[in-house]
Amino acid sequence: MSEPVIRIRNLTLALPKGADRPNAVEDLSLDLMPGKILCVVGESGSGKSMSAYALTGLLPRALTPMGGRIEFEGRDLLALGERDWRSLRGRRIAMVFQEPMTALNPVMRIGDQIAEMFEAHGLLTKPERKAKAIALAAEVGLPDPAQIVRAYPHQLSGGQRQRAMIAMALALEPSILVADEPTTALDVTTQAQILKLIRDLQRRRGMSVLFITHDFGVVADIADHVAVLQRGKLVESGSAADVLRNPQHPYTKALLAAVPSIVPPERESREGAPIALSAIGLTKTYTSRRGLFGPPRIVHAVKEVAFDVRRGETLGLVGESGSGKSTTARLAIRLIDPDRGTIRLGALDYTALGGNRLRSERKRIQMIFQDPFASLNPRRTVEQIIIAGPIAHGIPAREARARARELLDLVGLSPSAAERYPNAFSGGQRQRIGIARALAMEPDVLVADEAVSALDVSVQAQVLDLLEDLKQRLNLAMLFITHDLRVAAKICDRIAVMHRGEIVEQRRTADLFRQPEHPYTRDLLSAVPGLQRDVACRETWPEGPAPAGFYFRQASIQELTGSTT
Amino acid sequence: MTLQPSASPLSAGLPETPVTVPAEPQAPLPAARSPTALALRRGLHHGGFMIGAVILGVIVLAALAAPLIAPHDPYAQDVSRRLIPPIWNAKGSWDHVLGTDKLGRDYLSRLIYGSQISLLIGIAAACISGLIGTVLGICAGYFGGKVDALVSYVVTTRLAMPVVLVAFAMASLVGGSLKVVVLVLGLLLWDRFAVVTRAATRQIRDQDFVAAARAAGFSNARILFQEILPNIFNALIVVATLEMAHAILLEAALSFLGLGVQPPLPSWGLMIAEGKPYMFFQPWVITIPGVALLVLVLAINLLGDGLRDVTAPEGRR
Repeated sequence: MSEPVIRIRNLTLALPKGADRPNAVEDLSLDLMPGKILCVVGESGSGKSMSAYALTGLLPRALTPMGGRIEFEGRDLLALGERDWRSLRGRRIAMVFQEPMTALNPVMRIGDQIAEMFEAHGLLTKPERKAKAIALAAEVGLPDPAQIVRAYPHQLSGGQRQRAMIAMALALEPSILVADEPTTALDVTTQAQILKLIRDLQRRRGMSVLFITHDFGVVADIADHVAVLQRGKLVESGSAADVLRNPQHPYTKALLAAVPSIVPPERESREGAPIALSAIGLTKTYTSRRGLFGPPRIVHAVKEVAFDVRRGETLGLVGESGSGKSTTARLAIRLIDPDRGTIRLGALDYTALGGNRLRSERKRIQMIFQDPFASLNPRRTVEQIIIAGPIAHGIPAREARARARELLDLVGLSPSAAERYPNAFSGGQRQRIGIARALAMEPDVLVADEAVSALDVSVQAQVLDLLEDLKQRLNLAMLFITHDLRVAAKICDRIAVMHRGEIVEQRRTADLFRQPEHPYTRDLLSAVPGLQRDVACRETWPEGPAPAGFYFRQASIQELTGSTT
Repeated sequence: MTLQPSASPLSAGLPETPVTVPAEPQAPLPAARSPTALALRRGLHHGGFMIGAVILGVIVLAALAAPLIAPHDPYAQDVSRRLIPPIWNAKGSWDHVLGTDKLGRDYLSRLIYGSQISLLIGIAAACISGLIGTVLGICAGYFGGKVDALVSYVVTTRLAMPVVLVAFAMASLVGGSLKVVVLVLGLLLWDRFAVVTRAATRQIRDQDFVAAARAAGFSNARILFQEILPNIFNALIVVATLEMAHAILLEAALSFLGLGVQPPLPSWGLMIAEGKPYMFFQPWVITIPGVALLVLVLAINLLGDGLRDVTAPEGRR
């Protein structure tokens, strides 16, 4: 075995006073081997990003290194001054950030930003820089490199922006690439492409990559070595195959077990149950005008969407960003009004209502929101949040209060939570409060808009279990919007795949995963990260044929890793 | 805890057994603290906030307790004891700690009663303008569209008017008095309230908890009062302090020019105006009310800045 290029030894980073624990990272020791990808995995607040920042000398001021060493080419990086860092950063160690829109300068052309890398280090002449920028754009797979270097960041798609970021990071041929959740903000198909790009570039250039992620699927696709962090401490590390297949530490085991399987469980059909929510020919178009006299730009957010959800059934709306799935959710609960089409709640024509009648019927369909931090009024106590709806519908305050406590219990929070403000709760707990608020209205239909996307996997699993449990107990109909096919496989009875505002395929979950018919569904399925691991764990699957996604994917996995699993 | 079997359709399908849901490992919750309480706690560690609060508190107490602590009647004239210098001057006397004015009235007493006028005008003008501006701003921000266009037009119109000039013109047309000053300032200083409220409301309006309130069937009035107003209150308080300071200064300016509060009321601006002829030989007659004005406005501004600092990171962690 060769020498590691970076050796982190006993690194401890202290958090400022008043934080929930003394150290962001405690006694961390890691080796980054030459030409390998090391994935640092952990949930939010595990200190994984901080270890990346320590490696690039970009630690926030509030964090102080209390001990340990980061050895790189015989030097201790923690002891470097700002001057030494400047010659090192970009040149020897480069970084790719999570959010490509904010990490790129919006008023600078892509090509200039790439060329700036050379300029900052005083390398090459102007024409050379320009040529190099185009070459790099070509290397990271940006289409029409000579033209695209003249584009501004907002003119590129998310994936193209991330490619541009990677081109910048690669410009000075660093030996180490630090990537902090580089695919988290991207759609699943784009994510698959960027992962492949990073893998290819790493191979071609023999770089070492420190890859920070929260997603075990991504780990399974890209990692050579894995390090698992829990609350700032390293709990397990080793080769990807070992850690993923034979996790030793209970925390790693729990994390892996919490990743929903792509294999949907068999579910009984709800055929014959009464229809609780149906959409017929829903259409919503947005028109915007460029300037006063410019031609109107028409965006079909939702086009002729139709579906039924029965009592006790979960219908998944699955698609990538911009596919119109959130618009559909907002149309369903009439936060926005459709241009055409009808929404029925049972026998009631919900779209025909207005004014007071609409307000009083709103309780029949309730929503759970994505962002647990924005969806609760920070100025009201949990109890006030839960009882406000019932009180607005004329339920006496005492009764509403008593029910609020029952509901808190039902969603797994202690009744003492009622007196507290949302700031006292974690993301998962807030999501439970949001669920209690929705249930307080005694709805027939729950609309969950990416309700678990902002949560860590372990919390995600708990909230999904809770939703499943509640759906069955209360015989709810649920419209579940998600971009995550693993989550959809776990919770949905049927799935409708949305693409550019239209439903392209709508079938029972198991059928959809086994025999996807629409090409777009196949693309989505084969882009799910971590299928390789599911393939590897094939023995542990329940009976029955494997979902089709694997077979589409296996070819590309081999291409990606250069080996058969 | 089991749910009551007959209470609601919610519990209809539930089994008798206790409801068990796999709960997250709950960290012991900190004591229930409202965002306001948290902000106040932060305020205790904020230098500017504390200095401003203490000075303002002292001035407010003095104003409230004026009849008790003022050593003399602020209106009692005694021409034989006119223009006595304050205590730090060699000719000063303990009887009149801050001296007397040209009519022999005790300066300390006038200063203390003058704080009533300044605070009254500051608070009343801020309340009137706050009410106007908040109503306009919150409607513009929440409803958007035509309401927003109309309000923005009114705000622009108001911004096109020079406050000081209009205030002077109004006061000289109607004639200066306490009531007129309060009304004129209240009707002129609402623009910043409207602009800030509108921007803050637009931000809050797009938050999911407002969508949740709409989905629950809340009326617009309920959403505005329950969901939005409490969340923009911090910004309002900060603007209110700024406008209060602004109103106090404008009152002083109006009174100085004889267009504001009329004699013999002890307004600080009026005191400066009355001392004008003596400023070369008895400078204290204008420095004392001038310093009082400076300290009051400074305290209010410190408090406002402090409030902005301590309430900004509120709620979210």
